[in-house]
Amino acid sequence: MRCKRERVIFLQQTEIAVVGGGPAGLAAALEAVKMGCQVTLIDRHAFLGGQLVKQTHKFFGSSKQYAGIRGIDIAKRLAGDLDSGPGKVSLELNTTVLGYYDDGVLLVEKDERVSPLFPERIIVATGAMEKMLLFRNNDLPGVYGAGAVQTLMNLYGVVPGCRVLMIGAGNIGLIVSYQLLQAGVEVAAIVEGDTRIGGYLVHAAKVQRSGIPIYTSHTILEATGENCVEGAVICQVDEKWQPLAGTEREIAVDVICLAVGLTPLTELLRQAGCEMYYVPELGGYVPLRDENMQTTLPHIFVAGDAAGVEEASIAMVEGKIAGISAAGSLRSCTKIDGLLEACRQELHELRAGDTGDKSRRGLEKLRKTMEKRKYAEKDESTGLLRA
Amino acid sequence: MRVIQHPILHFQRGREIKFTFNGRELTGYEGETIAAALHASGVRALGHSPRLNRPRGFFCATGNCSSCLMKVNGIANVRVCITPLQEGAVVEVQKGKGDILATD
Amino acid sequence: MLKKTKVPAFYEHKNGLPHAERMLQGPFALIECYQRIPCDPCQYACPREAIKTFQDINDLPEIDYDRCNGCGRCLSKCPGLAIVIIDSTFSLQEGLVKIPFEFLPLPVAGDVVEALNREGRVVCRARVLKVENAQWQDRTPVIWLTVPKEHVLDVRNLRLIQGDERDGGRYNCLPL
Ligand SMILES: Cc1cc2nc3c(=O)[nH]c(=O)nc-3n(C[C@H](O)[C@H](O)[C@H](O)COP(=O)(O)OP(=O)(O)OC[C@H]3O[C@@H](n4cnc5c(N)ncnc54)[C@H](O)[C@@H]3O)c2cc1C
Ligand code: SF4
Ligand code: SF4
Ligand code: FES
Repeated sequence: MRCKRERVIFLQQTEIAVVGGGPAGLAAALEAVKMGCQVTLIDRHAFLGGQLVKQTHKFFGSSKQYAGIRGIDIAKRLAGDLDSGPGKVSLELNTTVLGYYDDGVLLVEKDERVSPLFPERIIVATGAMEKMLLFRNNDLPGVYGAGAVQTLMNLYGVVPGCRVLMIGAGNIGLIVSYQLLQAGVEVAAIVEGDTRIGGYLVHAAKVQRSGIPIYTSHTILEATGENCVEGAVICQVDEKWQPLAGTEREIAVDVICLAVGLTPLTELLRQAGCEMYYVPELGGYVPLRDENMQTTLPHIFVAGDAAGVEEASIAMVEGKIAGISAAGSLRSCTKIDGLLEACRQELHELRAGDTGDKSRRGLEKLRKTMEKRKYAEKDESTGLLRA
Repeated sequence: MRVIQHPILHFQRGREIKFTFNGRELTGYEGETIAAALHASGVRALGHSPRLNRPRGFFCATGNCSSCLMKVNGIANVRVCITPLQEGAVVEVQKGKGDILATD
Repeated sequence: MLKKTKVPAFYEHKNGLPHAERMLQGPFALIECYQRIPCDPCQYACPREAIKTFQDINDLPEIDYDRCNGCGRCLSKCPGLAIVIIDSTFSLQEGLVKIPFEFLPLPVAGDVVEALNREGRVVCRARVLKVENAQWQDRTPVIWLTVPKEHVLDVRNLRLIQGDERDGGRYNCLPL
């Protein structure tokens, strides 16, 4: 990056800074504004909506919210709500939050200019980042993350290649395969290391009836090709995901798409010093937080995939909770407890299904850790030694 | 290769834009990134890894991974996956780690 | 079996099919949604309250076949594209199957196409009776297919017949 001489540095203030304009951040900003707070919403992209702007399929969830509506249209509605809302959210698009300083200042970059922002509360809704997978030649051009494939084809209308091998049969792998078919790209197969399909079966059925085989208990061994992907070697694996010798076979493809999971984007939370905890069920390291989405630092809140990788419907409710709690810590309002309780009930319902068991396990771990921590704090305040 | 027709989306492409890749003239559209325009023209290998000199393409397309560093208008280490295409851009494969002070 | 590589087999599940008598009485919805997921648009879509009220958003949809008249509202609202309408009374030899289809090129009424099963294999040929693509269906067209009666429970997808010149339009890029 070039240095600019004529830098003007002035400290901007706001009551609540929301980092990330996906469903979680949008919901948070909206609630906080409703409660009369001054809110600054920041996203590094030129548009609002986060992951939603690439989701061409109709979403699941509650009819009371946005079920049955395509992700792209949910993004538009949420952004519209923000415009027509009761108060004004100051929007900072094309703006990246680079870092957090001890004194509570966020370092914000826009148009190659860096400036500080001093919020009284911060809501981190930065979403998640794709995981990588180890295999030979995984750095060849043509090995793309599922999000990249979506960006290319659904945002820019450029096909990623002619024939794709999808790695991962979770919801993302299944949906992106379906979207590839819609964009007129052949999908050779979907490969999944687990013994079963992880994503929703109705999504699996969509691709299967188009003739795409889903190979469970399989993995990719290597990408082949000189300068770009020209093929992939896949093989069967045992229960411990170890390759079974003699089961290798090569498939001719020019794109290998990785949909092997997401991990929360938590750099800002780490820099700030929020306590983190490793919960594989939620995608990796997640910030410790309570029911009100408050982290271990009282002025920092978290919501959405950054708090643990789940779903857009859940991200929105978490965003609401974070927005209400953050605003509630600045403004007194009698309705808060009731609002929060309703949100928590909604979350409970959204997570109650067969596919929610992973989240439930992960969240239980988080809850226990938070509890232990509370005891330890109490001990300290009574002068007793930490356990 | 571009998506010509799509059952859900309608792509409104902007103005046509001319740019060069390693001296070769290519066209893209206003509003897309350099990486998207290159990909649409069939360019998938964007550079080489600095140490082992292995070919590199993009991976994340959101500016997270730095797999897509190229030299654009003389400036090295530009993440082309998030950089908008501009008229007359000179896009080149970068050698090694790129010269951060170069202003040629 | 459901969760492995196999496709859902409706007859394994109790919410699968109406009894034989009902099947011969006219159109009905077949909902192939066998996993507790947080989703409920089908229930709210039904104007006849034929889909039992959910106690919990994760409930499996269950149809009261005495109420369902196969109108297809639920089909177009289901984000899982998990619902088809079946009418075994269409004609003496043929049954009618209505399926959601979100691909291009769209067939047109009068076309003969290949009818595919849940695994994407060709089971028979089908005639396209009608293509519904109204605004309220939000880009999920519904294709009405007439197929030999014995196949009404198998048909879930379609493909233009190979050699149909429009078939090239399926790909934006020639397959490898
Ligand atoms: C293929 C696919 C299909 C999906 N389908 C469904 C579905 O059917 N139903 C469902 O409920 N969910 C679905 N999801 C999940 C859903 O999209 C996510 O759970 C949801 O988008 C998470 O919302 P979020 O706001 O936490 O994060 P995101 O949507 O990821 O938004 C985060 C935003 O923060 C910005 N950001 C990050 N860091 C910074 C920074 N430092 N400075 C400024 N901005 C920053 C990012 O650019 C981004 O815009 C799907 C996801 C994928 C990938
Ligand atoms: S087909 Fe019509 S009547 Fe039958 S369940 Fe669906 S919406 Fe209700
Ligand atoms: S709308 Fe479709 S996917 Fe959702 S519960 Fe009903 S049948 Fe299942
Ligand atoms: S592809 Fe990851 S930064 Fe550009």
